[in-house]
Amino acid sequence: MSLTLLNVVAAVIIAIAFVAANAAYLVWAERKGAGFIQRRPGPTENGPWGLLQPPVDGIKLMTKQLLIPGGVDKIIFVIAPVLAMFPSIVSFVTIPFSDTIVAHNVNIGLLMIFVFGSMSAMALLMGGWSSRNKYSMISSVRAVSQAVAYEIPMLITAITVVMIAGSLDLMDIVHKQSGGFWHWNIWPFQKGLFNILMPVSFLIFFVCSLAETNRAPFDLGEAESELVAGFHTEYSSMGFGLFFMGEYANIVIGACLTTILFLGGWDCPFGLLPGVWWFIVKIYILIFTFIWIRWTFPRTTIYNLLNLSWKVLIPISLFNLLLTAGLLKVF
Amino acid sequence: MSEPIVLQPDETFILNVGPQHPATHGVLRVKMTMDGEFIYDAETVIGYIHRMHEKMAENRTYAQYLPNLSRLDYLSAMAYCHGYVLAVEKAAAIEVPQRAEYIRAITVEMNRISSHLVWFGAFVMDLGGFSPLMYAFDDREQILDLLEAITGSRLTYCYFRFGGLYNDIDDDFIEGTRRFIKRMRKSLKMYHKLVTTNIILMTRLKDIGPVSADMCQRYGATGPVARGSGINYDVRRNEPYSVYPEFDFDIPVYSEGDSFARYKVRMEEMEQSLRIIEQGLDKLPDGPVNPEKKPKTIKLPPGDYYTAVEAGRGSFGIRIVSDGDKSPYRLKLRSPTYSNMHLFDEACRGMLIADALAFMGSLDLVIPEMDR
Amino acid sequence: MIIETVKDKLRDLFPASAEPAAAEPEAEKPQTAKAEPGLSDCDYAKRGYHLDVRVSPDQLLTAVGVLFDHGFFIEAITGVDWIKDGQLEATYDFCRYDFDLCRVVVRTRTPRANPILPTITGIYSGASWHERETHDFFGIVFEGHPHLIPLLLPEDADFHPLLKDFKA
Repeated sequence: MSLTLLNVVAAVIIAIAFVAANAAYLVWAERKGAGFIQRRPGPTENGPWGLLQPPVDGIKLMTKQLLIPGGVDKIIFVIAPVLAMFPSIVSFVTIPFSDTIVAHNVNIGLLMIFVFGSMSAMALLMGGWSSRNKYSMISSVRAVSQAVAYEIPMLITAITVVMIAGSLDLMDIVHKQSGGFWHWNIWPFQKGLFNILMPVSFLIFFVCSLAETNRAPFDLGEAESELVAGFHTEYSSMGFGLFFMGEYANIVIGACLTTILFLGGWDCPFGLLPGVWWFIVKIYILIFTFIWIRWTFPRTTIYNLLNLSWKVLIPISLFNLLLTAGLLKVF
Repeated sequence: MSEPIVLQPDETFILNVGPQHPATHGVLRVKMTMDGEFIYDAETVIGYIHRMHEKMAENRTYAQYLPNLSRLDYLSAMAYCHGYVLAVEKAAAIEVPQRAEYIRAITVEMNRISSHLVWFGAFVMDLGGFSPLMYAFDDREQILDLLEAITGSRLTYCYFRFGGLYNDIDDDFIEGTRRFIKRMRKSLKMYHKLVTTNIILMTRLKDIGPVSADMCQRYGATGPVARGSGINYDVRRNEPYSVYPEFDFDIPVYSEGDSFARYKVRMEEMEQSLRIIEQGLDKLPDGPVNPEKKPKTIKLPPGDYYTAVEAGRGSFGIRIVSDGDKSPYRLKLRSPTYSNMHLFDEACRGMLIADALAFMGSLDLVIPEMDR
Repeated sequence: MIIETVKDKLRDLFPASAEPAAAEPEAEKPQTAKAEPGLSDCDYAKRGYHLDVRVSPDQLLTAVGVLFDHGFFIEAITGVDWIKDGQLEATYDFCRYDFDLCRVVVRTRTPRANPILPTITGIYSGASWHERETHDFFGIVFEGHPHLIPLLLPEDADFHPLLKDFKA
């Protein structure tokens, strides 16, 4: 879709703006949602319904002193937050919001998103390691083993969807699901494919995106009550701000990917008026579910977390993969 | 984890769960020698909020010492005051009117519920579930408002006097308490549905922090810590005082000895306290709340005296050694958290740090009570 | 009743005593007079404990061992400064978990100038903190204690606040 350099630049700028606006206002949504679940109002002071809270917080973060503690490994310390934010922005470039709204569609879009997703695990490791702080070290070790463990079921379920769609191109995957919710990948019966494990795949993918983005109940990396703040203990001002924004950007990407792979992207549930508004509605429903889960459940321990991935999610997703492959071959 | 992990003593580092930490409920320092995520050894360092209450007692008269007791365990202050006034009344042979005894029991049990609600909110928050804290504190606000109307304080109560109470209760209080009992029963149902049966919480607490009955005996652990290990010991039942023999309530005892057992004990205790309050309100006699004649200055006969009551965390004991003067010669405060916390050093060997913090939360520590 | 069993066992520690005035309430006599070794029943309603055992420092471990074997748990250990007698007294409170209620107080005295007592951490592990606290407040040295450093006072404290002649 990109013919001129101007198009590409414009697309990238819009992608960055979308990410930044989301990261900022998702914080507001999270705080309001948390308040709603906890029977209190949430932010109300700045602006109507607290809507000016994120810009105010952003200004606060930017004007704070950027403190680099003495004993840290300076280069890695500075690069880590940038590396947390950068892959999410780049991944946005390939996500199709509708038939016509996409920054730059590549025909291996899915693969590219996963590649950049793995880079964020590096950022956690670099942040924790360079801080030269025992708490941060413990937390980054936990976060990396969690990230590795949960990427695997995520990839396997994504491969299942790719097999059904026959292509790694995100637009193709959505096009194959068009025409109403009975064509969506979450629905077990479609085109003669009686794969009843598809909703299970959707759940597995959803749980893995919770774990990949370090959200509760899988937020051991930042377990506030145990390790103070985990791998970003030593960061202040914009360093912390970038980690924070990176987390929310990852949430948006996780929601976008789940929608594209399982919920039909910009397709309307009844096949009537497909368009970008359906996409937006779906990702925000998923994001609200992310927030809802965070404020309801306690945290798991590292062993339960890893057991869940290696002993439960991976076998189920492998079985689903084999089942899908078999069904595709037979039917 | 099925097979035991072998810890390497020469590959350890020391992690200081410092005096300032979100999970240590107060200023407590634990020096943990860790092997990766496992605790090889732990040494608890206390005394960060030691205020020498025992010396203060020697320089004050018995009546002047009353406010000090609320500052020890501020969450369960009524029970501490109750223990002290009982000790002095027993030794000085001061009669307490029945109405005062009933009101004392009612307010102590309300305070116990409010203390357990703080424990519940803080404990689940430590485990990562942030929302129950808000709900628990909302329920607790109701109790605090009711008690503030009659005692004048929200947290550090100084409501009891030798022989009776400072202030009588009125009908608003009785009405409000009955409404609160209904509300609390609904809340407890909700907590059980959302928190107790939550699979993540159960996995987090079952088989974590096993405390055996033998360990309890060696350390003198009492309260929910002992009752979660199968020991049926509650001062209100084993050594009845005040009007507790008149009430019909159960003592929850679970024998697994893990954190989930202690959790269940405290949740059950809240329900039993509601029963006591209900029965207390039904049986409340009329009459004065202070005796007609009370000595102006209390002087205890020479000798030493010991009294124990059931506070929020266990058996709170006061030992008064008197030589006939108007201040105690020696006053010893036996704090339940002090004996309960001591278990931690031995019990946490080989645990993961996350489990150790869950264990600490399940012991329900209030550091000012430990350090006095 | 457990109190009878325990009294029988503990009586062996005091072969020559005649248990004077066992049933009389000691309300009239000031505490300082009851310093000789012996065993006495106490009026629970008045005092709050059932049995008062006064031992000398070398009999302490045997007495405490008897209580441990009979299932008592340690409530507290503390001290009292009898400055007029020139002695420091350590009191050990014990209680039971079952319904056979019996509170026992074991006391022992040691001279103020050189207060040394044996430790009971070998029997009751919980005594470790109680003894450290008593050492902090009174200066009683518990021989054999694994880690007798200040517990509640600062690590470098060399004063003992609960002594009667302590001036801050």
